[in-house]
Amino acid sequence: MGLMDFFKKKNSGDIAKDRLKLLLISDRANCSPDVMEMIKNDIIQVISKYMEIDAEGLDIQITQTESEGNNGTVPALYANIPIKDMHHTPGKANA
Amino acid sequence: MSEVIVITSGKGGVGKTTTTANVGTGLAQLDKKVVLIDTDIGLRNLDVVMGLENRIVYNLVDVVEGNCRMKQALIKDKRYPNLFLLPSAQTRDKTAVTPEQMMKLTDELREEFDYILLDCPAGIEQGFKNAIAGADRALVVTTPEVSAIRDADRIIGLLEANEIKQIHLIVNRLRMDMVSRGDMMSIDDVTEILAINLIGAVPDDEQIVISTNQGEPLAGRTDTMAGQAYINICHRILGEDVPLLDLNVKNSMWSKIAGLFKKN
Repeated sequence: MGLMDFFKKKNSGDIAKDRLKLLLISDRANCSPDVMEMIKNDIIQVISKYMEIDAEGLDIQITQTESEGNNGTVPALYANIPIKDMHHTPGKANA
Repeated sequence: MSEVIVITSGKGGVGKTTTTANVGTGLAQLDKKVVLIDTDIGLRNLDVVMGLENRIVYNLVDVVEGNCRMKQALIKDKRYPNLFLLPSAQTRDKTAVTPEQMMKLTDELREEFDYILLDCPAGIEQGFKNAIAGADRALVVTTPEVSAIRDADRIIGLLEANEIKQIHLIVNRLRMDMVSRGDMMSIDDVTEILAINLIGAVPDDEQIVISTNQGEPLAGRTDTMAGQAYINICHRILGEDVPLLDLNVKNSMWSKIAGLFKKN
């Protein structure tokens, strides 16, 4: 085993935590990682019509948020979309 | 004012019954009048963990069906003047009781007890629905394992949907030696993932097995780590601010001492 492998090797506790975080997102939202990937791709397509975004850095998550009207929490879709260039000509993607 | 607390987990075998027995015993030691109800109809276990299995005459289903009065079914724990058990029925199944009947039962017990603890069966079906029906608050027990945490998350969702306002987490069977080498999720990891407030952590302690063998819950026994952890949880249930037990230091000290004896 090389030195680099030693540093790269993750603790099983961390692996468990990472797996659970992903798993619970889809459990809570009742939708699979496949569906999440499709939503992500559609968001990229739509936003790209208007500005240049970093598709690699895009992150979407389903979380819980306090509901404003009635008490309690509701699921919410959070999207973090890094913009590369705001001055992308509108409609260019269609051209 | 009395409180009805359900002890639940989703997954089986994570320590619901052990937790119920120890939290109940601990609260009784703190001078509260406590009744423990085993709601796992058909698979009763709380009686053996409490060491009261030979004293059962009537059970939960008998009370609900009116075959006996509540007083006749309650078993008094002779070790504590204010601790009682309402055992489950062994020869019936979970359809023998409805959530409405459970609510009526817990409301009747509220008049006499400070704390009514409900030991919930595993799963999310009828038995779970019965157990949470009359509850004001919930203790969710989990171990630091992926399967138990996933089920706990599901349970928390269901408890929230049923408008149980106060939900607290107990992380059970922690092995600090494994946590420190990174091979087990820590208390912080589990709490972060499940996003509910922690009320206590209990180490994986051989003494639990021994106390279950003997039918004597170890809450309050300060010579054991688990006994100390359980009594701390009881203080927190009463609203006291007790710092989290340092499982790390004592555990390594204990294992060293235990190691010395093993070699000789």
